[in-house]
Amino acid sequence: MNMSVNLAGVELKNPVMTASGTFGSGAEYSEFVDLNRLGAVVTKGVANIPWPGNPTPRIAEVYGGMLNAIGLQNPGIDVFCERDIPYLKQYDTKIIVNVCGKSTEDYCEVVERLADEPVDLLEINISCPNVKEGGIAFGQDPKAVEAITKEVKKYAKQSVIMKLSPNVTDITVMAKAAEAGGADVLSLINTLTGMKIDIERQTFAIANKTGGMSGPAVKPVAVRMVYQVANAVSIPIIGMGGIANAEDAMEFILAGATAVSVGTANFFNPYTTTEVAEGIEAYMKRHQVNDIRELIGAVK
Amino acid sequence: MKKKEWCTVLEQTELSAGIYSMWLQTETIAHEAVPGQFISLYCNEGSRLLPRPISLCEIDRRQGRLRIVYRVAGKGTEEFSKYRRGDQISVLGPLGNGFPLEKASGKTIFLMGGGIGIPPMLETAKQIDARKMIIAGYRDSNLFLEHELKAAGELYLASEDGSVGTKGNVLDAIREQGLKGDIIFACGPTPMLRAIKNFAQETGMECYISMEERMACGVGACLACVCQSKEVDDHSHVHNKRICKDGPVFEASEVEL
Repeated sequence: MNMSVNLAGVELKNPVMTASGTFGSGAEYSEFVDLNRLGAVVTKGVANIPWPGNPTPRIAEVYGGMLNAIGLQNPGIDVFCERDIPYLKQYDTKIIVNVCGKSTEDYCEVVERLADEPVDLLEINISCPNVKEGGIAFGQDPKAVEAITKEVKKYAKQSVIMKLSPNVTDITVMAKAAEAGGADVLSLINTLTGMKIDIERQTFAIANKTGGMSGPAVKPVAVRMVYQVANAVSIPIIGMGGIANAEDAMEFILAGATAVSVGTANFFNPYTTTEVAEGIEAYMKRHQVNDIRELIGAVK
Repeated sequence: MKKKEWCTVLEQTELSAGIYSMWLQTETIAHEAVPGQFISLYCNEGSRLLPRPISLCEIDRRQGRLRIVYRVAGKGTEEFSKYRRGDQISVLGPLGNGFPLEKASGKTIFLMGGGIGIPPMLETAKQIDARKMIIAGYRDSNLFLEHELKAAGELYLASEDGSVGTKGNVLDAIREQGLKGDIIFACGPTPMLRAIKNFAQETGMECYISMEERMACGVGACLACVCQSKEVDDHSHVHNKRICKDGPVFEASEVEL
């Protein structure tokens, strides 16, 4: 039985990976899951210099999900290269580095710095709703999406994944813009901008006022967007948004995702990633499918 | 080694208005737990995704049991308060670092708890080899754990309304009683911890405080529950420490309150 999938020439042993920002750089969750059993680990977003992130409270629970506004706190690319990449290299899994920045130059600096590092793919975060500059500002205008994709591609030695925001009127416009800019893979969805009011304290539940919503409650939106994008572009898609079990993951794959990322579910079940991988295998046996690739986008 | 496991509720009692005590039978968590650590409890109601971090009040290693004493503060803790003997609850733990018991050895220690910060002081007191002065601050005369605390050390009480012990907070009790000590372990609301940190600086006492913040993962990955650190932190490389992983107990001068 074949579980392996191909993302722009990078062969993943199975389609299950982690969603950026929910898994650190793997170390914290290695106490719970064997990272060797994951198709890839996608690391927490890293910028050219350390970022302190937003004030607390940074998260709030909402019905069937959560809001977060961490603000891309990260230790900067130098520490990342010295500490986090060598840590992940101990494991037989692919390394995908999520890159964030405040300007095109920031993104390109990080991408260039990673050129000679042993990482497999780069994921460019143009869709974080929780930072004032950069982030989503690049992800809501098709011209900006295409331009930053082109720029990043000039410096990137590895294939490039553009991570798209759902906070747009038509995500296929952004997907096509990224493809036109030379993106090798798309990942979607990032979080949906939301808000929660603490009615007892009569203030915002999180300090940033708004936060990105994630978790099982956003899954139908994410599946719909993956389906739309799969029908609009010809590059592979990494699907994510509320995946908590293999059945959720199969929805994304059948809708057109080549690989899937587990995000918020790691917080309520640290074993989710490997359980999803096992569950997909069981699904294939049950449906007598020998190759996962037969299932990608099988629902038209 | 942290683990997520199904635990069985052994006993649940309401100690005081809105304050509950729950004993849990664990497989492995109790065997590895130390005072000052916490566990994350998951709701059975599926729409409430995130675990509720609650400090350990008592640890019975021999029988693999843990006790938590918690306040009903929202829908999640309200759900927990309805669990009865035999009910199952999913628990992740033990989490965090715990109090540095060895630092108190042979000294006179103030174990200071305010409100729902009182419970972790019980197991901490039981395991410390020192002269123990436990200073517990309550809102009013609705006390909890006072008998167990009295058995574990010299107990001094404070209450905001003055109905029990010194009127005021834990520091008012220390001043009124003229207590003298070498080291402080404290847990409670941030304004109390801030005042204790200042008191420790003025009196030259060693001071360790247990902090609280909204958490998601509980294991140091999501960076939700950070506090500000005085120096650039070794892990984050910014002025942030992770309360769930680097704490919840910090040397008071390490953190900005």
